[in-house]
Amino acid sequence: MTEGFQFDPERFFRSRLGHGGALGIGYRGHGVDEGVHWAELELPYDARLIGAVETGVIASGPIVALMDMATSMGVWLRANAFVAHATLDLRVDYLRPATPGRTVIGRGECYRLTRSIAFVRGQAHDGDPSDPLAHVAGTFMAPDGYPR
Amino acid sequence: MIDRLPPYAQLLGLTAERDGNGAPLLVMPFATDVLGRPGFLHGGAISGLMEMAAIVALHDALDSEGGGEIKPINVTVDFMRGGRDKPTRSRGIVTRLGTRVANVETTAWQDDPDKPIAAARMNYLIVRR
Repeated sequence: MTEGFQFDPERFFRSRLGHGGALGIGYRGHGVDEGVHWAELELPYDARLIGAVETGVIASGPIVALMDMATSMGVWLRANAFVAHATLDLRVDYLRPATPGRTVIGRGECYRLTRSIAFVRGQAHDGDPSDPLAHVAGTFMAPDGYPR
Repeated sequence: MIDRLPPYAQLLGLTAERDGNGAPLLVMPFATDVLGRPGFLHGGAISGLMEMAAIVALHDALDSEGGGEIKPINVTVDFMRGGRDKPTRSRGIVTRLGTRVANVETTAWQDDPDKPIAAARMNYLIVRR
């Protein structure tokens, strides 16, 4: 079992390079609700993310990336450690198109953590959490195990 | 569709070509903008590539029946191997093109199509012209 260092989501997202940085994904907040750790990331509207030029609606790919990262952070918060892990699978339901011009907010949480598998879920909205635009469920696996 | 990919496809660096059978094939080069953890592709970029491959394949199939609009309903992605420092390819296969719904499957691979780094299944709502 690998004991990672304590996880600081805000610091993790400062000056981020790679795909998250290219999409403009940033840290928004994290906390604990009724014992469940959650992380929120934001994806500001950007013309470079457009998937349908006629409507200006962003592509679905950036939503997958946002929710992959938000749920991954939910796992690290629950484990209270940064642990190397990989996404096993992710399912995204696109409840409605994201509204052009609005920032998409993705909230991820880990609702069950075993020795090697983390079960996650999350939702994305663009201003009103009660009107979500996407719902996700997935699993992560840590080859060296999660701290228990 | 294959000759006018949207801005998001450009962000991923995608290029489209047609294989020996005339089926559209997308290629994503390894670049900083699609990196996840150091040395590996981001799962979101791999998903984005596969979703674009699915959309291109579906538009291709739909255009041969008069064309129409498509709306994504959902996607399920399985990640099988880490994406390394080499080009990644993806092709969408329309398993069923119905009146209102289409089912599309895709894989993404690097060296060998039989050793995919990821696979995805998508459902799309179709509005025919």
